[in-house]
Amino acid sequence: MAGFLPDWVLVIKSVLISIAAIAFLGPVTMMYLTLLERKVVGRMQNRIGPNRVGKWGLLQPLADGVKMLTKEDIVPTPADPIAHFLAPILIVVPALLVFAVIPFGRGMTAVDLNVGLLFFIAISSTTTLAIFMASWGSRNKFSLLGGMRSVAQMVSYEVPMVLSVVPVILITGSLSTNDIVLAQGGWGGLKWFIFTPWGLLAFIIFYLCGVAECNRSPFDLPEAESEIVAGFHTEYSGMKFALFYMAEFMNSFTISALAATLFLGGWQGPVLPSWLWFFMKTYVLIFIMIWFRGTLPRFRVDQLMNLAWKFLLPLTLINIFVAGFWYFAPNTIVRVLMSAGVLSLSFWGLQKLNQGYAPEKRVYQFGD
Amino acid sequence: MMEKMFEVQDPVNHDTQTLQVNIGPQHPSTHGVFRMNVVLDGETVVSLKPVMGYLHRNHEQIAENISYTASMPYTDRLDYFNSMSNNFAWALAVEKLANLDVPERAQYIRVIMAELTRLVNHVSVIGFLLNDLGAFFTPVLYAFREREKILDIFEEVSGARMMCNFLRFGGIKRDLPAGTLERIKEVIQNFPKFLDEFETLLTKNEILCMRCQNVGVLPAELAVNASITGPMLRASGVNYDVRKADKYSIYDRFDFKIPLGQTGDVYDRYYCRVLEMRESLKILQQALRDIPVTGEIISKKMAPFVKAPRNFKPPVGEAYGRVEAPKGELGFYVVSDGTPQPWRYHVRAPSLINLTILEDLCIGHKVADAIVILGSIDIVLGEVDH
Repeated sequence: MAGFLPDWVLVIKSVLISIAAIAFLGPVTMMYLTLLERKVVGRMQNRIGPNRVGKWGLLQPLADGVKMLTKEDIVPTPADPIAHFLAPILIVVPALLVFAVIPFGRGMTAVDLNVGLLFFIAISSTTTLAIFMASWGSRNKFSLLGGMRSVAQMVSYEVPMVLSVVPVILITGSLSTNDIVLAQGGWGGLKWFIFTPWGLLAFIIFYLCGVAECNRSPFDLPEAESEIVAGFHTEYSGMKFALFYMAEFMNSFTISALAATLFLGGWQGPVLPSWLWFFMKTYVLIFIMIWFRGTLPRFRVDQLMNLAWKFLLPLTLINIFVAGFWYFAPNTIVRVLMSAGVLSLSFWGLQKLNQGYAPEKRVYQFGD
Repeated sequence: MMEKMFEVQDPVNHDTQTLQVNIGPQHPSTHGVFRMNVVLDGETVVSLKPVMGYLHRNHEQIAENISYTASMPYTDRLDYFNSMSNNFAWALAVEKLANLDVPERAQYIRVIMAELTRLVNHVSVIGFLLNDLGAFFTPVLYAFREREKILDIFEEVSGARMMCNFLRFGGIKRDLPAGTLERIKEVIQNFPKFLDEFETLLTKNEILCMRCQNVGVLPAELAVNASITGPMLRASGVNYDVRKADKYSIYDRFDFKIPLGQTGDVYDRYYCRVLEMRESLKILQQALRDIPVTGEIISKKMAPFVKAPRNFKPPVGEAYGRVEAPKGELGFYVVSDGTPQPWRYHVRAPSLINLTILEDLCIGHKVADAIVILGSIDIVLGEVDH
């Protein structure tokens, strides 16, 4: 085809194809993630989940979409109309933008930026602004509380999340997501960073912070249903509400995808096609998120902060040093043992220092 | 609007403002139409005023204008989770008033139903408490699966799942259908397995411990002074259970213990309920073992009033009948002037009295804890606003 068309058409064509693919993939992913979540949580709770609309409820997301579109759009009288209107749009934009740097398979990155990882982190952190706009613009006390919580939580968890990525950058020497995946290609596509001590720890911290960044259980304080009704999106209805949901689900997809890229080898893997490996890993991580939601109660605000600042942050800092040691030490079993030892020692020590939050043993007497 | 929302607390030193929030009457975790008028400083509760009465239904006035038996279905609607124990308390009050004796088999059936009710209540309360803690419906649905099995038994014996209206003065409405006892046995046999599973999921969960331990501590002295009863009182370490203190009905025949907490926090209230369920299972096993195979189900004195309940006129006098309902001491005070209607009828509703302590428990805690503390008190608005 290259011979028939002028160069500028080819450039526009490739750009358009990427944009169309992402703009289509994002919402479709979100729609079917809602179905997956409802099905999986339903099974965990002795329920069947949606099964009325289409075979296995496969058309349920479409029905939901139609419902959301036809619902009345309510704007509270005292709300700030501009902020209230803009917030749901602003929250979807970064959620879609970060799809651009995710390597979905061998040579399947829409934009192979050399600062891809930085781009991802920078763009996804702007979500906080949109959430705060929503909460402030709604002029609702529950929204305000949710917004306060959300800003505190996202700012706190951003720090250990970014720091937990540093070891990966250190080892690979690149910020490009594609290079990071390529660096994990050894051992027949199984040389994933998660199989190193620092990689395992960084993965756990990154994933936990990622769950907190998407406001998902057990860190779903900004929209804690049992406390502040729906948090920052209390005053939203119809399609605006759906946009918040869309952003949340797309965020959980992209965070899982990035975790798979950074630590689980991205699309690397033996035998199966690369994109299949990528989606398998991503969906395993998403499943774990749903599993959390079906199992765990919620943290309290102060406990959430304690976890981020007193536990995760020091651990990530130690992890950076361990990764540095790993980079320079000779490749022997001693290297593995030493870094594993240092990390488990600091894990244990930090746990001891945070002992005030450990569960108490209770004794119960029996009266007559 | 902004001026109304905020109230400047200390304008000289620093610019902090408190925020007044109405949690309820339409809120996912107020367990009905209950409102908490909360003043928050950041996330911390500065003051909390419970506002109730949205479900007021003139319960006492209605009962004073209808016959004694006609009040029985109304008591179902007090604490609509535990209609059997509500019936039990009302029946005991009138039996004291009219000096009625209850046949053996009916006594056993009453105890079995009351203890099954306790299982239903505690299991759903723990489920709801976990919902308030933010677990996404999983514990509550597990709890409801077990609750359904017991509700099926209630349906079998009384014809209704929640509004049972099963007890009568001097006995019960009808004998158990054939095979019901076997089904009850089956449910009881499987129940410990479920409790173990439930506890594996919850009791040692670190988030649950962090959220519940040392939250909403109720000292024993305050609990006694505020006349708190039920699992809430026992979680504070006070050994008081009407089943032991009063030995009403045939509770003196069973061998069971009263679990007592030490701290009196939300966690103790949660775990005391779990232990109480295990004790209830013991009572049930003994009752099912000892129940007479056949026998009268209603006292001979009441036989003429089965078909004509409005002719029932207890002698002039007063009586107070009480039971250990799952939520606390449920008592009915009744004064008769010899007419078919009670002259005075009063309910000592445990939910209402336990709720009065809410503000003391919540001040200084976070708003999320206030919700959990409310959940651990275990209220039902039908009873609070009777």
